[in-house]
Amino acid sequence: MRATVLVRPKPGILDPQGEAVESSLRQLGFAVEGARIGRVVDLELADDADPDNARAELERMCEQLLANPLIESYEITVSPR
Amino acid sequence: MSPGPRPKIAVVAFPGSNDDRDAALALEGLGAETALVWHAEPALPDVAGVVLPGGFSYGDYLRCGAIARFAPVMRAVTCFAAEGGLVLGICNGFQVLCEAGLLPGTLCPNASLSFVCRDVGLVVERTDTPFSSRCEPGQPLTIPVKHGEGCYFADGDLLAHLEATGQIVLRYTDNPNGSIGDIAAVTNEAGNVLGLMPHPEHAVDELLGSRDGRLILGSLVDSARERTAVPA
Repeated sequence: MRATVLVRPKPGILDPQGEAVESSLRQLGFAVEGARIGRVVDLELADDADPDNARAELERMCEQLLANPLIESYEITVSPR
Repeated sequence: MSPGPRPKIAVVAFPGSNDDRDAALALEGLGAETALVWHAEPALPDVAGVVLPGGFSYGDYLRCGAIARFAPVMRAVTCFAAEGGLVLGICNGFQVLCEAGLLPGTLCPNASLSFVCRDVGLVVERTDTPFSSRCEPGQPLTIPVKHGEGCYFADGDLLAHLEATGQIVLRYTDNPNGSIGDIAAVTNEAGNVLGLMPHPEHAVDELLGSRDGRLILGSLVDSARERTAVPA
């Protein structure tokens, strides 16, 4: 089983990296009105993992390590290998 | 040197710490005995205080301080803090303490996105903590910072709580990183854990441009000494 975790800065949280990229894209002539930068974590889970249980485990992984819940939100996608 | 016994203070070294020896040297100069403790140690020696130094523990992977929190020694540091032991986190040490949940809030990339390395002006908000007892209320201090991710963040509720409980110990007078509320140093509710982005260990001699760091580290040494049991 495979899982992808998408971690994003929460709305309203300053994202200077996103601002720098937005400004650079504009300098290249692209009509960009906003850029926010997060992070992707691809995970390989044991094949025999119970999908419901796996999702709960992934939530805990995000809360405890992969995201900082104070400033980041996350989205979990689980897919068969 | 101050009178009285030399209190023992541990300085933890993580892979990637680079201010551990500077912190130890500064503390020794202020009358402490120091013990460098490797991150893989499961226990702390018998000490009256712990310093988590500056640096780039575990290469700042994932988020600054996020991996260091899992170092074996951190379990001992967490127990030590829970029992009221004095814990000071400087720069990366501050980031580690936030990630470990020993301090509220978090540290984000500087608003400028630039690494900032210069002296900053600070003002002392509280002098009744074990880390600021040598300071005067409202005293201006000059201590250097050197970090890329020192922008302190707390959401509205947390910030209001920190203000109400007086957990903000130092503020910037010329905010170098975009920290909310100009916050440079926060303590936990119990008051025995402090994190700060400026480096007091780099401001302990006129040759370094300032001696104001001695007020912070000297306060810690004084407090550690008070907590060191006098041998019968």
